[in-house]
Amino acid sequence: MQFLQNSLPYLLAGISVGGQYALIAIGYTMVYGILRLINFAHGDVFMAAGLMMVYLSATLPLYLAIPLTLLATVLLGFIIERVAYKPLRSAPRMSVMISAIGVSYLIQNCALYFTGGLAKVYPAIPWISDTITVWGAVTKRVTLITPILTLVLVVVLVLFIRYTKIGLAMRAVAKDFETSQLMGIKINSVISVTFIIGSLLAAVGSLLYFSNYASVTPTSGGMPGLKCFVAAVFGGIGSIPGAVIGAFIIGICENIIKGLGWTTFSDAFTFALLIVILLVKPTGLFGEKATDKV
Amino acid sequence: MNESILHIENLQVRYGGIEAVKGVSLDVHEGEIVTLIGANGAGKSSTLRAIAGLEKAAGGSIIFRGDNITGRDPTTIVKKGVTLVPEGRRIFPDLTVLENLKVGAYLRGDDINSDLAWVYELFPRLKERSWQPGGTLSGGEQQMLAVGRALMSRPKLMMMDEPSLGLAPLVVKDIFSIIKTINRQGVTILLIEQNANMALKIADSAYVMETGHITLSGSGAELLQNEGVKAAYLGT
Repeated sequence: MQFLQNSLPYLLAGISVGGQYALIAIGYTMVYGILRLINFAHGDVFMAAGLMMVYLSATLPLYLAIPLTLLATVLLGFIIERVAYKPLRSAPRMSVMISAIGVSYLIQNCALYFTGGLAKVYPAIPWISDTITVWGAVTKRVTLITPILTLVLVVVLVLFIRYTKIGLAMRAVAKDFETSQLMGIKINSVISVTFIIGSLLAAVGSLLYFSNYASVTPTSGGMPGLKCFVAAVFGGIGSIPGAVIGAFIIGICENIIKGLGWTTFSDAFTFALLIVILLVKPTGLFGEKATDKV
Repeated sequence: MNESILHIENLQVRYGGIEAVKGVSLDVHEGEIVTLIGANGAGKSSTLRAIAGLEKAAGGSIIFRGDNITGRDPTTIVKKGVTLVPEGRRIFPDLTVLENLKVGAYLRGDDINSDLAWVYELFPRLKERSWQPGGTLSGGEQQMLAVGRALMSRPKLMMMDEPSLGLAPLVVKDIFSIIKTINRQGVTILLIEQNANMALKIADSAYVMETGHITLSGSGAELLQNEGVKAAYLGT
């Protein structure tokens, strides 16, 4: 019982962080699935969502600030794709990736300009930021809400991709641009939808994540972004369930390591994991097998 | 003779500095099977790709049923009733047979069940396998799926790029007989083939293409008898 009480907070935190990572990791994996692009700007979109929430909530009530934050983040993701990636559609993949790195630094530096480099205090969202006690473990309510909300969103997303027409188009485009065009599918619309979904989930993730961490800095997106990328690779990049499971595993492992008193090494663990996966199973847990039959 | 539904005038297609199609003019009349034969690299595929909107024409014009569709995007062209069964079939391997067919009907807002029934009637094999991933089908079945998928857009003109490629002779025979059936049901067909013998036998009219030019044209039967065609493409 004593053991449970000591380790429960870490486990809860792990599940919660895992859910937040999952929401971000989905954006990486979906964009990769369609464009074969590692969208390095995604972590910064997540950070920008945090900052937008800070600024919007300073002047607006939360019931307006939250939807506006989601909307603005979606818009940001959409614009990034249209401005920085779409013109490079027929360029070599490396060019698009370099463009993504450029966008990442651009967002970070814009954030630096607006914040003056100071950590901005994230607004406390009532109810979800409340402190609660679960079986003797003290935590914030957001810790419990995160995994539930994450799973709901993931299920909705998977059903959306499986059963709607646009979901069918996304799966077709992910396999073959040209043939999809021959079917009359507008590639650019499908790609835009992908970025919109990815950014929306990142914005929800940012609401949950920063509610736990209390402040946003221009580099806040860096580390979670990288970890979520690792989660996507771990799960098999291109696979949505893979990214979710990878994110939960990384979140939980990190917090167990923290619980064991090795906090310093929790980040190192994630990246050691990346190296091990790339060496042992480069396609990840659920990665697509390379069976391109001609 | 029926009226021309596809009229191509002096079409040119370039890839970088290379001119693949150097001024092709041809006509496809409603209800016909028209074939375009020629060696590898003659510019046949490029011609079809330009019609489908996958390549931008560097010059010339493509008129489909009175509309100039030169340089339009593939979506618009599919909407107008032109479809291309691409070379190598290019079915979506992860999607089920049924999903592949549904993608074919992507632009349709109306009920697709009757067309689905039609495609299943043409290819009963596809019905049996409707829940299988497309990638698990044999080459011949994949070709049937590619044709069925194209038909789901309810095309007026179906273009086919080397449907016999890599298939066993018996399967090729099946495919050609299905092409004839589809044509009888009112779909005009523009067919590219290296299997000139088969193609000319079913074609109402035919064009021979060499290094980006049309060098010969006539009815399928005429070209089958043409000495030059015999020597170059029929091997008789």
